Amino acid sequence: MSTRLKDCFAKLEENGKKALIPFVTAGDSNKSITVPLMHRMVESGADIIELGIPFSDPMADGPTIQLACERALVHHTSVADVIEMVREFRQKNTETPIVFMGYLNPIEAFGYEEFAKAAAEVGVDGLLTVDLPPEESHQMAGILSKYEIDPIFLLSPTTTPERIERIVSAGSGYLYYVSLKGVTGSSILNVEEVSEKVAAIKTHTELPVGVGFGIKDADSASAISAVSDGVIVGSAIVKIIENNVDDADTILDQIGALLHSMRIAMDA
Amino acid sequence: MSNVANTSNSEIKNDITDHDLSGIDLSKIDWSKLPDENGHFGIYGGRFASETLIEAIQELDDAYKTLQNDPTFQEAIDNDLRYYVGRPSPLYHAERWSKQLGGAQIYLKREDLNHTGAHKINNTIGQALLAKHMGKPRIIAETGAGQHGVASATIAARLGLECVVYMGEKDVERQKQNVYRMKLLGAEVRPVSSGSKTLKDALNEAMRDWVTNVDNTFYCIGTVAGPHPYPMMVRNFQSIIGREAKEQCLKQTGRLPDALVACVGGGSNAIGLFHEFLPDLDVKIYSVEPGGMGIETGEHAATLSTAKPGVLHGNRMYLMADDNGQVIEPYSISAGLDYPGVGPEHCLLIDMGRAKAVSVTDAESLAGFHDLCRIEGIIPALETAHALAYVKKLAPTMDKDQTIIVNLSGRGDKDLNTVAALEGIII
Repeated sequence: MSTRLKDCFAKLEENGKKALIPFVTAGDSNKSITVPLMHRMVESGADIIELGIPFSDPMADGPTIQLACERALVHHTSVADVIEMVREFRQKNTETPIVFMGYLNPIEAFGYEEFAKAAAEVGVDGLLTVDLPPEESHQMAGILSKYEIDPIFLLSPTTTPERIERIVSAGSGYLYYVSLKGVTGSSILNVEEVSEKVAAIKTHTELPVGVGFGIKDADSASAISAVSDGVIVGSAIVKIIENNVDDADTILDQIGALLHSMRIAMDA
Repeated sequence: MSNVANTSNSEIKNDITDHDLSGIDLSKIDWSKLPDENGHFGIYGGRFASETLIEAIQELDDAYKTLQNDPTFQEAIDNDLRYYVGRPSPLYHAERWSKQLGGAQIYLKREDLNHTGAHKINNTIGQALLAKHMGKPRIIAETGAGQHGVASATIAARLGLECVVYMGEKDVERQKQNVYRMKLLGAEVRPVSSGSKTLKDALNEAMRDWVTNVDNTFYCIGTVAGPHPYPMMVRNFQSIIGREAKEQCLKQTGRLPDALVACVGGGSNAIGLFHEFLPDLDVKIYSVEPGGMGIETGEHAATLSTAKPGVLHGNRMYLMADDNGQVIEPYSISAGLDYPGVGPEHCLLIDMGRAKAVSVTDAESLAGFHDLCRIEGIIPALETAHALAYVKKLAPTMDKDQTIIVNLSGRGDKDLNTVAALEGIII
């Protein structure tokens, strides 16, 4: 179990705050922008960073993240590159938890054990493998546990109570509740429904529950954070990169401003 | 054989760091227990899907389990296969071709004579009836060459279901006739412009549609891949091919065949023929893959022959990917075979040595295509032509009293433009 994630949520709770968790695909739109962007995210109020490992076929994601992967893969951003980015980030920041999010095949090609060892060494705290549900994750679970990396699992509106039970016992760090039926970048968010679901999940576990999918501005961040332990912001950030591909300063400024506005709204 | 079979198939390891199956005793395998209850064929198969899809898959699994042994459901399928598709398809002795090759007797399992011209409809009928039974008014499908899209659109029309077919932009361009066919049948064809704009991307897009519209939508997968139960379910629907072929072969030749040959892209026609014969260890099985411009050029889609295990589209299988695990877009002259993965059961059969993976080039396939046209008066699909090209190599090495069954999986009407263009003719 990662102490950084545990400490992070403990501290937030102590201060009566909720976690702001931005996501970005590593290497989008180029390899050199990712680390400065991660620092800017922290400066702008991020508590945890989800760093996407690019994959050629991100099936559970919408067109926005798919395009982000394509941009990152033009520069052949590899698992090894993403690990190096964390090493560089950790030279200036040893506190902010970092969670890798990606699909199984690039990790399997790298080797489970080699991957976990290298990730732990540079200070990665959690791993969310989108297409690795608990039922298929026995081998991965043992290895992650050995290297003290938290396996983060998704829960969805369609997840049954029996599965919630299985998933919360397999996961650690936090749980990622997908707020709506669909792919990342969808837009219709029902706060009341999310509130009910998160409450239901919390009857099964002590783990913090973050909510993602459909959170795109200060208002939605504030509304969702009120009924959960944290908000995960992905497509809204990636969209800024998409709209300013060649302009690193604008990307950093706009993402910084977005997160800052969310932070203020969530803390108000 | 049940008294020697190990019912748990425990020799088939499911450990990604240790899964060597060479030297396994095939006589001890209980073929009826593959996959296991979680959909594993050794390390292959499984359910590697996002949580957003799991419930939809489970719902399908439950419905299929219930209906699988329901006589009324089976009767509905059998009726459609008989009166709508035209089954049983003949097992045809290609005497002239056999004589010319000078070796084994070649029998063609005529799936090309099915309604819609290929084996694909065996599966779509089963899945569409399942959709109807589950109360899903909308089916979606992915398609490469368009055959599965046409088969899905056909049965959707027949059952009054809404049908949306995802097809890579490049394939929409290459297969205009099938696109028009689907439209005539009332389906909506949605071109996919993400990724490499071909079959694998169409599959990604269909999965995205499914998670978004899971309440009213049934995803009709066209091949023996995808999250469990798809590889098993599609195999079961297609295994009518092998059941008929076995019975016909016994009746027509008095004994089992010596070899089975089928082309393998995703692998549905091949597993359909092979499955019934798996316990008959004397029957040799050849899985013919698209060698494209030649394996050595890298321009091919010979997954079983060249790739390593990987995870895509909900299951582990041999997968063409680069060293970083990014999926490679394969190449084949035939749009129905250029898929970067291959059904998990095929992967296990190769690892265990029950089937042998071989490949033929585009050029060899074209020669096979023309041979069958001129010698037997049958225009085969380019996919099928790969199997025929291998038969040309295999038959002469066998005796005249031996038999080969080759799955003539589809007819070649859809490929006329492609073949004509190679000869400089624009139709």
